[in-house]
Amino acid sequence: MRNKIVYFLLVVFFVFVFTILYKGLSNPSLYKPNASLKKIPEFTAETFTKQETLNSKYIFNQNKFYLLNIWASWCVPCRDEHPLLINLGKNNKIEIIGLNYKDNFKNAEKFINDLGNPYSTILLDRDGTKAIEWGAFGIPETFLIYKNKIIKRYIGPLNSELVDEIINYIK
Amino acid sequence: MLYSSIGYYSLILGLLISLPIFFFSIKNYRNQEILDYNIITFSFVQLLLVVISFLGLVFSFVHSDFSNETVFNNSHSTKPLFYKISGTWGNHEGSLLLWLVVLTLFIFLFLIWSKDLLKRYRILTVLFQQIIILGFFAFLIKSSSPFNYIFPTPQEGMGLNPILQDPALAIHPPILYLGYVGSSIIFSSVLAATTLNYISRSWAIHIKSWVLSSWIFLTLGILLGSIWAYYELGWGGFWFWDPVENVSLMPWLALTTLLHCILVLEKRDILSSWIIILSISTFTLSMCGTFLVRSGILNSVHTFANDPERGLFILTFLFILIFISLLIFFVFHKSEKNSYNSFYLLSKETAILVNNWFMMYFLSVVLIGTVYPIFLDVISSQKISVGPPFYHKLIIPFLVPFLIFMAIGPQLKWIKAELKGKLYLLVLFIISLLISFFIFKNLDANFLVNTILVGSALYLFFITIKDFFIKKFKNYSQNIAHFGFSLLILSIIFNNIFSTEVIVNLKIGETFQNNRFKIVFNDLKKIEEKNYISFKGNFSIKENNTDDQLEPELRIYNQPNIITSEADIKTTFLSDKFITINTVQNEEYFNVRYQVKPFMFWIWTSVLLISSGGLISLFKKKYEK
Amino acid sequence: MKFLNFSIIILIIFAVNLSKADEITLQNKIYKNLRCLICQGQSVYDSDSEFAISLKLVVKNKINAGFNEDQIYEFLTEKYGEWILYEPQLNKNTYFLWFLPLLIFLFGGAIILKKFINIKK
Repeated sequence: MRNKIVYFLLVVFFVFVFTILYKGLSNPSLYKPNASLKKIPEFTAETFTKQETLNSKYIFNQNKFYLLNIWASWCVPCRDEHPLLINLGKNNKIEIIGLNYKDNFKNAEKFINDLGNPYSTILLDRDGTKAIEWGAFGIPETFLIYKNKIIKRYIGPLNSELVDEIINYIK
Repeated sequence: MLYSSIGYYSLILGLLISLPIFFFSIKNYRNQEILDYNIITFSFVQLLLVVISFLGLVFSFVHSDFSNETVFNNSHSTKPLFYKISGTWGNHEGSLLLWLVVLTLFIFLFLIWSKDLLKRYRILTVLFQQIIILGFFAFLIKSSSPFNYIFPTPQEGMGLNPILQDPALAIHPPILYLGYVGSSIIFSSVLAATTLNYISRSWAIHIKSWVLSSWIFLTLGILLGSIWAYYELGWGGFWFWDPVENVSLMPWLALTTLLHCILVLEKRDILSSWIIILSISTFTLSMCGTFLVRSGILNSVHTFANDPERGLFILTFLFILIFISLLIFFVFHKSEKNSYNSFYLLSKETAILVNNWFMMYFLSVVLIGTVYPIFLDVISSQKISVGPPFYHKLIIPFLVPFLIFMAIGPQLKWIKAELKGKLYLLVLFIISLLISFFIFKNLDANFLVNTILVGSALYLFFITIKDFFIKKFKNYSQNIAHFGFSLLILSIIFNNIFSTEVIVNLKIGETFQNNRFKIVFNDLKKIEEKNYISFKGNFSIKENNTDDQLEPELRIYNQPNIITSEADIKTTFLSDKFITINTVQNEEYFNVRYQVKPFMFWIWTSVLLISSGGLISLFKKKYEK
Repeated sequence: MKFLNFSIIILIIFAVNLSKADEITLQNKIYKNLRCLICQGQSVYDSDSEFAISLKLVVKNKINAGFNEDQIYEFLTEKYGEWILYEPQLNKNTYFLWFLPLLIFLFGGAIILKKFINIKK
């Protein structure tokens, strides 16, 4: 009798394990952080052009949509998404702020001169610490912001689909 | 193309040979005659066909036949020959073919080396093994064929990841599989023995050789993997508690426990339940490991290409095997009724029981740590990591009593031991603690923990040395293996405590100096090799009175286009000097990481000692026969 | 006995000659506990990737600003989730993780004890 109970429990246990592992197979194992950061972080950064230090409080304070785009001249996908940003920048419902990540000033300047400047302000993140304040870990990454809250986060380069999504949001 | 075709058709034929094997086995099982020679013949034919298939794949790689999809995905014409060959098993499909080679090889060897044993037992083992073999044939042919044809034939292949192009890693899979997959024969034969109620002292003596061989290969396989990680991955570490590493450790823990139980069964007719469960578990854990790293369910340093569909096949197959084995255990196993009456508290049997207890605990820690994130993710969509701190916190405290038991256990007699004359055991323990105390008195690092841990390891160290010289010994194998283990623990602890590291940014020509050593970045040379361009830095390291030249490299491979950092390591008996360089984004200087890692040599040697203990036991048996 | 004295002397020579390890600072302890999110299975301590370098800097700044270890972990898990920590934190999600092995240990011990009590009877 005792044997049968043990056997039954074992069967139940293994069925449970099988189900979990089966479900586990369909979950993607690549880590996509669920935008745990809801409010935008507070930080200060130097700007590209005027070499002054701005506090984030004064950057995102207007009642419009903002896009924070983290980029660098040495990042190849950033080049690919840049034209899309230029187009988006023409939309006056949204203001694009750039965060130049671990870049050489001259190279970044050349990047902007060659490919155009969609950014109303470019902030410098020489050592990468500001990107970490945003919870980013690679580039390019883009954040859609409204009223000091992060609405959507895009990891990787933008494409036309995602840009359409953004346009939908800001209508 | 020809080789791939030969390979493919051999594989199909090999599958078909299962039919006559089943037919003759079942027929022979029922009749009264001696073992039908046809069974052995067909097993050999199956082995031969699988080997031909495997060779077909090898030659496809050697000739860079890119019309074969596997070769295309994993090779390149400029790869050196050695790595073209080892590329055969460095991918999912090829490694599964290697599984089949070992599976068919072991059953054939089992047949020819078990001539004196019960016929029905041999046949049942063949049948159980054939079920496993069929599963792998089906898996290979249906969803992981190494002989897929692509048209038009590409000009060039995708190449093999350069960090896999390393001698240690090249032979790591075959050796590991001989252990891992070799445990399949233990699984099959245990199921056969349970069904026939054949488990006994004489059976234990027979199965011991198989357990030993599997264990030796598994130990060496794990060692090779660690050596590769140390030399190739460039971080100076050798064990990261990464899922793929854990997955090879778990069968090892079960197999070691099984080995100890077999030793008991050899002398006294008990612990058969343990043996059955452990034999089933070892192979199950091997299969489970295969599932975890090939299905994409876990995220790790070196998983194979991820494919949930393949994962589902392995998962189902694994659970079918578990179901069958549990069924057999519960239906056929008759546990010995009075077996434990003769267990005295102070005896070798108790010591082994305690060993089992601790080993199962260690196994559960590794198992739970590895699969828990999966369960949590499925049940509550939370992703957590389980890394080294978890394993260290749960394992290290328990190592202390474990080491002490390892020292005392072999001192006890079978059945009943006396306390007389054992006072020296206690005295030696106190001396070990004292020595450890003096070593750590002046170091701040985790004083209490380290003292006790090193004290226990030293205790085992001294006891095994004493046993080697003083006692008239017939048990060298156990002695050397346990000594090796104590050396391993001691080396790891001292390596951990006394490792130092310096990270500094240097331009060519610059020097770094602190109160211990001086590092000079002499120059950087560019060298062009067959499939990569190397930037070799030349460094002079001056420490105390020694002067070393180290040359770390940065390699830019052509296909795939990857940059790797190759460490240069100078090994001595006492410590390793380990240096790597890396470029820094947008800057002219290099990031130089210099480490001094003591006792690395002893870490590797101690594992070799452990496996040689097993080797001695294996050959002692052959010699005695 | 002579053998023992001899080995003690050797060990003391060892201990004196081997250089002392650098002190394990809080900084390194934290670095080793953080996962490099863009690498495959490397800690931030081991990694030289851009992310790792920046993260090391962030941690250093936080330590200088007076954060203690737990506060730093809280700061980082808020941004990256618990996945970034190698040591699973003890909360309702992980009780099973930490306690199940211990339960198994106690359970095993209980079974063995029971066997011996049965024998005594």
